[in-house]
Amino acid sequence: MKTVVATEKVRKKRTRFGEVMHRLSKNKGAMAGLAIIAILVLIAVFADVLFDYENQVIAMNISDRLQGPSWEHPFGTDEKGRDMFIRILYGSRYSLAIGAVAVLIALAAGMVLGAVAGYYGGAIEEIIMRVTDIFASVPYMLMAIVVISVLGSSTLNLMIAVGVTSIPAFVRITRASVLTVRNQEYLEAAKAIGRTNKAIILFHILPNCLSPIIVQVTLRIASAIISASGLSFLGLGVPKPSPEWGSLLSAGRGFIRDSGYLTLFPGLVIMITVMAFNLLGDGLRDALDPKLKERKGG
Amino acid sequence: MADNILEVRNLKKYFRTQSGMLHAVDDLSFTIERGKTLGIVGESGCGKSTTGRCILRLIEPTSGEVIFDGVDINKLSNREMRKKRKDMQIIFQDPFSSLNPRKSVSQTIAEPIIANGLIRERDQVDRRVKELMDVVGLAERLINAYPHELDGGRRQRIGIARALAMDPKFIVCDEPVSALDVSIQAQILNLLKQLQRDLGLTYIFITHDLSVVNYFSDDIAVMYLGEMVEKAPAKELFENPLHPYTKALLSAIPIPDLREKRPRILLKGEITSPINPPDQCRFYKRCLETCAGCEGCAPKLREVNSGHFVACHRAK
Repeated sequence: MKTVVATEKVRKKRTRFGEVMHRLSKNKGAMAGLAIIAILVLIAVFADVLFDYENQVIAMNISDRLQGPSWEHPFGTDEKGRDMFIRILYGSRYSLAIGAVAVLIALAAGMVLGAVAGYYGGAIEEIIMRVTDIFASVPYMLMAIVVISVLGSSTLNLMIAVGVTSIPAFVRITRASVLTVRNQEYLEAAKAIGRTNKAIILFHILPNCLSPIIVQVTLRIASAIISASGLSFLGLGVPKPSPEWGSLLSAGRGFIRDSGYLTLFPGLVIMITVMAFNLLGDGLRDALDPKLKERKGG
Repeated sequence: MADNILEVRNLKKYFRTQSGMLHAVDDLSFTIERGKTLGIVGESGCGKSTTGRCILRLIEPTSGEVIFDGVDINKLSNREMRKKRKDMQIIFQDPFSSLNPRKSVSQTIAEPIIANGLIRERDQVDRRVKELMDVVGLAERLINAYPHELDGGRRQRIGIARALAMDPKFIVCDEPVSALDVSIQAQILNLLKQLQRDLGLTYIFITHDLSVVNYFSDDIAVMYLGEMVEKAPAKELFENPLHPYTKALLSAIPIPDLREKRPRILLKGEITSPINPPDQCRFYKRCLETCAGCEGCAPKLREVNSGHFVACHRAK
């Protein structure tokens, strides 16, 4: 619900988003993370324009097999002669998509459940939170494996499996921040002007709870990428020959003694990506919390 | 018969706590005439605000009837209740928590209009918002400001504008000035009074500040631990208080005259717990005028003089 009124006398001021970006820009780590993520996203989006999937990403070229890093093949070639650099860059597509979709699934389910639990309280809250506890008590890898074994192994199911394991975190964090605004009088005011519970949650509670959730999203994308890579490594994720990073690691494992670069580079890329999301998440946490404005890093 | 906009009958609100039932509001009955102001005074925790919220059904009362314009609002369905809310509004005590920090002034004031579909065209809504801002004395340049940029008085004016947006007939003012500076208090009180004159509003004015309530109210009800102990026209209550608690309260009002000496009534003794209270006058333990009969059953509210109700065994 927006009521933007055009008035000449409106003062110029930084929007909230501008304010957060301003504070974020002072955090070098977060900006580095943001830059890396931006590059990865661009590569992922334009992967089909940059590379020819049929000829460069999955086509075999046995004469070039297992070559070490060189100017021609910066990350070397794998046992089928495919250029690892191109495969890894193309693989950003899978990892980022899985991370994003998995977190979206977790966010949608977790936010609804957490908001309902925090807003209504009582028996509903007890049931939601205890079920959440049960889910959270199962190791997430185990749970993801169970979900995939039930649904079957495919990219979409991998996203669902990783998403499901992240739901408890979002339920808890949403509920906790709903509780902080639960007793504000503006919620009563909204009720007094005839707002429904649904509208109160959507327009009054959630907008005031977003900061910790946004932070959680970036951090969870990082762990979702790790989970997805782990599952692919175990052969439960993206089917071959798609160059998902976890499957690249897994494929390179057999050649680790003579061609270590086959595992080194996918591993490094996973690490850098995860670190970039973590740096951004940490920076956002500080930028979104005005109380931490003066805190020195370290 | 008087034209009563609101009649409350045997309103009760009990909260379940770990040590028993907390009687926040216990068997309250009163009426308000259209266009008048009923002041409700009492100390912290006596159930004033709970009463206000029960009347608006912001919290569900345990039992009792709230008859607003001839309709018992506790019998309405949620959908009917939402429609009814147009007529009955509330102004909150804390102007810092009563406004959504993510919404601008115009968004806050426009929300009741848009949410209830009162006006559909966007430019008409804008015009109405500006009109309301003018009514409550907010400069038009603040239309896109956010609450944290404004002081308490201005924020309270936004709250008032929001309450007025749906043309209510009746407003519960829940300590609307107690969070404000004294100089701002007077401005807001005068604004509320003027609005009452111009729009024919009926108020319930909840406060712990007796000088405010005297300035503002036609009738005053005194609450003590969830019960109404005395209700009378304002002038009558100040001149001829009958309940010992009312007398003690009135003696605590500071007087701006150093030479005038007035006996303070200092209450001693422990406050009766509102959790599972005994069937006894709730003021018994602190009362200075007890007699033999007081230890027994709780006194009922009865009319002593015309319009002057009191719940005390000894009052005549």
